[in-house]
Amino acid sequence: MYPISLIAILLLNVFGLCQVQANTIWIIQKGISLKKTIAQIKDGDTIIVKKGFYQEGNIVINKSIVLLGEDYPILDGENKHEIFTITAPHVIIKGFKLQNCGNSSLNDLAAIKVLNTHHVQIIDNQLKNNFFGIYLSYVQNSLIKNNKVVSNATTELHSGNGIHCWKSDSLQIIGNTIEGHRDGIYFEFVTHSIIWRNTASKNVRYGLHFMFSNDDAYITNHFKNNGAGVAVMFTKNVKMFNNFFEENWGDAAYGLLLKEISDSYLLGNFFRKNTSGIYMEGTNRIKVKRNVFRNNGWAMQIQASCMENIIQENNFLGNSFDVSTNGSVVLNTFLKNYWDKYEGYDLNKDAIGDVPYRPLSLFSIMVEKNNSSMLLYRSFMVTLLDKSEKILPSITPDNFIDNQPLMKPLPL
Amino acid sequence: MFSIVRLIVSDIVKNKIVIVYTLLLAILSWSAFMLEDNQNKGILTLLNIILLTIPLVSILFTAIYIYNSNEFIELLVSQPLRRNKIWISLFWGISGSLLFAFLLSTGIPLILFADLKLGLIMLGVGCMITLICVAIAFVSTTFTRDKAKGIGIVIVLWLYFALLFDSLILFILFEFADYPIEKPMLFMVALNPLDIGRILILLHLDVSAMMGYTGAIFREVLGSITGILIAFILLILWTVVPFWISLIKFNHKDL
Repeated sequence: MYPISLIAILLLNVFGLCQVQANTIWIIQKGISLKKTIAQIKDGDTIIVKKGFYQEGNIVINKSIVLLGEDYPILDGENKHEIFTITAPHVIIKGFKLQNCGNSSLNDLAAIKVLNTHHVQIIDNQLKNNFFGIYLSYVQNSLIKNNKVVSNATTELHSGNGIHCWKSDSLQIIGNTIEGHRDGIYFEFVTHSIIWRNTASKNVRYGLHFMFSNDDAYITNHFKNNGAGVAVMFTKNVKMFNNFFEENWGDAAYGLLLKEISDSYLLGNFFRKNTSGIYMEGTNRIKVKRNVFRNNGWAMQIQASCMENIIQENNFLGNSFDVSTNGSVVLNTFLKNYWDKYEGYDLNKDAIGDVPYRPLSLFSIMVEKNNSSMLLYRSFMVTLLDKSEKILPSITPDNFIDNQPLMKPLPL
Repeated sequence: MFSIVRLIVSDIVKNKIVIVYTLLLAILSWSAFMLEDNQNKGILTLLNIILLTIPLVSILFTAIYIYNSNEFIELLVSQPLRRNKIWISLFWGISGSLLFAFLLSTGIPLILFADLKLGLIMLGVGCMITLICVAIAFVSTTFTRDKAKGIGIVIVLWLYFALLFDSLILFILFEFADYPIEKPMLFMVALNPLDIGRILILLHLDVSAMMGYTGAIFREVLGSITGILIAFILLILWTVVPFWISLIKFNHKDL
């Protein structure tokens, strides 16, 4: 498309004296085709792209090269192409602004797609208005770091995920910001990976969508105001530490949805202003420890299908309902939590209340059975019913109980 | 008209009960915020004051005051004054002093400690509930001459609005749980001013919970600016209609 004129700076390759395979740095600027340059160069070379506006359709990277953008050159997909397709290992893409990739209902077009490879690094790029942002499929040992992935999705059908990972292993997703996609980060069949310090907000569906992905950890992420919060499903051995789940509001919106999870840890997270802080279904043997639940509609909704979970040393502050459940079977343990609705006393001054606390109110069960009863919330009559139920539990399961409620909130 | 209002207000102030009421409310509201480390709990205490104490005091005090000033009203009627004017001044005299008591005692801590929007809504609801209860007391007293009967009616009405009505709603909700009754329920709620006030406050106090489930429907209807306006118009209707009925009754009453 553009006239070919390459400016090549040879670094080490001095008169062929050097026996080692030399690496070359290529500089691309306006008028030089990136696509054709890639076709010419060899493994290990570096391409520096100067500031500018480039429209080259789909750029396939099938060699182990380094692509560096200077002052964020713009690569435009003209709303019909996938921009980068990486199929080679050891590729680094850094410092680009990628925008307007194609939108298709047949193919998952992405700004950067990585297929069947390993050791790829995608660092410090700005992605704007793309269908899928970064798409990884069958990828190992790769790093996605400090990218800003922003789109303007409005419906689930016509949008793609921000960072989409499928059948991959040992990924590091660090410090990315994802906004306005379908799912912020999507994990399916991804193992031994870490999601750290990302921010996902205003996505149409989930901030983080996590399925069939064992042995992963997500730490210190911020999920705010996503359509339905965060979903972690059909997975074992997940570590969820120090994350923020905020302002996920709506009919089926959860700070965190745990479905069919087992043997996992939920430590030090902060749930604020969600319709439902944690919604648990078929969740077994997980430890919920040292989390803060503040100003949620429901701090935790634990369905009767959950077993052997330990909910210990959490702060429950200012929630409309602390806990609700849908059955009479209780196979979970509550211990040493701080409940701001606790009204007991502590005579022996060991900081643990002498009277057990029943976090399940009669009214929360009534709402669970009949949603419309929410209409009567905080009515004096309902408060009376709740009080008498607390003293003589007849409808609420009597083993739904914290035997050692704390008198003061934990310093979390 | 203004001089009659002034007469009544000065009489009420001399009576000292309203002053005690102001002090009590003030102590309750300040302590609600000062004693709890959790601001939310203070607001809940105030919510209960607005939904229980204020209606009870307003409705009882008004009823008793009207019965006691029977002779004073007869005296006024014998003067060249229109009955309309007398009755309206009486209404403003009583409700004005009760409103003043409420704003002075609860208003200040509410504005100081609560979130501004929520505080204003609660103040608005509290004022409207005071007016409504005064109006309801007015209409009840015009129906009977018997003081004991009149005060009895007023207490039953309070019980009905504060407790019985909600039980009735709960009963209907569970009896008709299989039908889509959310919207009809909203109309039903409009039949109880205390419930309208409570839901208005809830939508700001428990936003997160109200966003879920059918809460979303209530929020759609009542959470928007037009919804708040409609709710307040309903509350105003609840004041105007009973008072208007009492006015007609009073105009044609043989004292």
